[in-house]
Amino acid sequence: MDKLRLRFEKTGRAVYISHLDLMRTMQRAFSRAGLALKYSEGFNPHPLLSILLPLPVGMGSVCELMDFRLREETDLAVLPERLTAVLPEGIRVTEAYEQKRKSVDLKWLAVEGIFAYDTRDAGQMARELEFFFAQEAISVLRKTKRGMGQSNIRPAIREINFRPEEGQVRLYAVLSAQEPTLNPELLAEALRQLEQALAPDFARFTRLETYDAQMQIYR
Amino acid sequence: MDKRLERILPKVQKPARYVGGEYNQIIKDKSAVELRLAFCFPDTYEIGMSNLGMSILYHVMNSLDFVWCERVFAPWGDMYTEMKKAGLPLYALESGDSLSEFDALAFSVGYEMAYTTVLDMLDMAGLPLRSADRPALPPLVFAGGTAAVNPEPMAPFMDLFVIGEGEEMNNELLCLLRQAKREGWSKRDFLRQAAQIQGVYVPSLYEPVYGADGALLSVQRQEGAPERVTKRIVQDFDAAPYPVKPIVPSTEVVHDRVSLELFRGCVRGCRFCQAGYVYRPIRAKKPETLIRQGIEALKNTGCEDVTLLSLSSSDYRHLGELCDGLLDYCESRSIGLSLPSLRADNFSMELMEKLQKVRKSGLTFAVEGGSQRLRDAINKNVTEEDLLHTCRIAFEGGWNSVKLYYMLGLPTETDEDILGIAEMANQVLHCWRQYARNKNRGVKITISTSCFIPKPHSPFQWEAQVSIEEYLRRVNLLRSAITARNVTYNWHDAETSLIEAVLSRGDRRVADVIEEVWRRGGRLDAWSDYFSFGRWTEAFKVCGLDPAFYANREIPADAVLPWDIIDVGVRKEHLLREREKCYVSQLSPDCRKQCAACGAARLLKEGRCDG
Ligand code: SF4
Repeated sequence: MDKLRLRFEKTGRAVYISHLDLMRTMQRAFSRAGLALKYSEGFNPHPLLSILLPLPVGMGSVCELMDFRLREETDLAVLPERLTAVLPEGIRVTEAYEQKRKSVDLKWLAVEGIFAYDTRDAGQMARELEFFFAQEAISVLRKTKRGMGQSNIRPAIREINFRPEEGQVRLYAVLSAQEPTLNPELLAEALRQLEQALAPDFARFTRLETYDAQMQIYR
Repeated sequence: MDKRLERILPKVQKPARYVGGEYNQIIKDKSAVELRLAFCFPDTYEIGMSNLGMSILYHVMNSLDFVWCERVFAPWGDMYTEMKKAGLPLYALESGDSLSEFDALAFSVGYEMAYTTVLDMLDMAGLPLRSADRPALPPLVFAGGTAAVNPEPMAPFMDLFVIGEGEEMNNELLCLLRQAKREGWSKRDFLRQAAQIQGVYVPSLYEPVYGADGALLSVQRQEGAPERVTKRIVQDFDAAPYPVKPIVPSTEVVHDRVSLELFRGCVRGCRFCQAGYVYRPIRAKKPETLIRQGIEALKNTGCEDVTLLSLSSSDYRHLGELCDGLLDYCESRSIGLSLPSLRADNFSMELMEKLQKVRKSGLTFAVEGGSQRLRDAINKNVTEEDLLHTCRIAFEGGWNSVKLYYMLGLPTETDEDILGIAEMANQVLHCWRQYARNKNRGVKITISTSCFIPKPHSPFQWEAQVSIEEYLRRVNLLRSAITARNVTYNWHDAETSLIEAVLSRGDRRVADVIEEVWRRGGRLDAWSDYFSFGRWTEAFKVCGLDPAFYANREIPADAVLPWDIIDVGVRKEHLLREREKCYVSQLSPDCRKQCAACGAARLLKEGRCDG
């Protein structure tokens, strides 16, 4: 079976599994579940697995997508259960289906973030954060393909809002997933570079949902 | 997850090794168990998770429903620094709970260079280093592993040692600990009781007495303490517990594969080799047991490789049958089969074909001695002919890289023997020129030497290690004799070997040095990144001890040895006999040809040694 897609969650302790390690973890999980993956041809065959948007180490997600191919016909309805049973803590497969859409159609990612403020007032922080991200341009120094460079991340933020909680601010944002890719970490990094007073003591993010260019849910 | 931990993880390399949560980890309800045991491996996650012994005992101890055994490894430098900064104590991977919540800390110590890391882990757990400074029970702090065959250098730090194989002994000990905890025994009472379990050594029940010259004179023991502690073995190795559901690391480790242990012990009896003596008697598993366990473990892990472990795997009687049985399962699934400990004298084309999955890049052989005379003296039964024959098969089969391992400083070694190593390299090169199928790719011959370390319970336990200067002289001699372009020479540094010799043959006073090194920042000394020779020499000075006394001195054959208290099965008379034969370059037949009645077989209650 070709052109199959898996939707899965990676939360809890599993967020520390790197992209490369996740590929091997997935490969082994298929093997443990008795599902034979198709391999590439050639000198050094490798299983045909690909994750649409590699997740940075430390970031959680409830909307990961992975394409794969199987050597044999399999009931896709029970596949999530079979795989989840043999995956490490924190990785849970939620859906398996035949992929209908190309990966380039994936445009936006909804993310949730926690900005921890150990000593500062969360309410005040939330208000000032709204203000900061409402600016027309937010230019940060970041690693690009051509080395370090200044770039404006504002156009890659479609939506962002902040809600104060006990000792922290919860943010919700819709960020560009590809062309350009905006790593949510840059939201905290922008503050560290441009507005120290707002820089959180700690930040962590979780991907919530994938969308296409028209903000329709992407599967 | 601990908030402090969550905040430091993004700052360290490879955080996955510090969080647990891997597939097949064992999670229990901590309120439902009576004993919580921290199984500590005094090295990194990558090394510890590659250790079969650790995996076996993790499952054995967790098979007791009143025990939850969790893993603890030593953090790498960056994580260590961050943990100290954040005030985060050492914690166990499964629960994330701090070690202060545990009833017992069990250290698996396979090599002496891990000693400073043991101390560091105790300190990171918030515990005093010395047993005498931990009057309460729990926690119980104990250690086992190969290094424990001479427990003395670590004796002051441990409440007790478990000597030999832990499959049965550990659980007997844990049952006793449960009783002690339920009934509120004092630590002293518990240790006296524990000393009655075969294989348990309680150092506080023994007091060494030294003579004016610094040598050990005698050992005074308290009433009720056994005269000698006899190591434990698994009687029925075929029925021994094997983890068919091992933990699958979520990140890369050194050996990420299913490991099958074909047999324990070794039929060869190389005179320098501690492992060859302390794992006797020889007990093998049936091939059908191994095939079944291998397939089950492969199914439960999804691993891409399976490897056949043992001291000299090609001596396994049913190797062909075993390989066939495993390959039946592996081939169709693209699972690789590897056999690391090959010997140059029985490597065959047939075997090589079975192992076609082995990467064709490298073959490694331990030759150890540079001349036939020296190899006979150390009882390494490999001839030049064997080696060249093997190389021929390998070169004809398309291999183009051969690694040869030697030791310098072996008893009776002469300069002639050393020059023989260079000569052998030339012969191998010549063999390649003659037989290589494809010469375009070139050939790479690597010679590696390490410095001989006299090890307790081996026939060479009384021998002197050559000084650092002498080792380097021999290295330079060999270096200048190796001229061929395709031959590379690597030598192991002599400083680590000296320290290893001291720790191997050390007595209880060496504990002060280990502690002093740790106080000066020593940890992870098995890593050249962290090992500091200067730190060790300073510590010896401060403690008033001379490393040469332990490493470079020939010990009189009638001397009391610090490790005499431990009975590993093989008798001292046998070791002495073997040592004498070294001086006349006389080989001993291997156990398959003739049992030399070494003494190990008396550890078997029934059945016979499979030598
Ligand atoms: S008892 Fe005999 S066969 Fe067994 S290990 Fe000793 S010498 Fe070898």
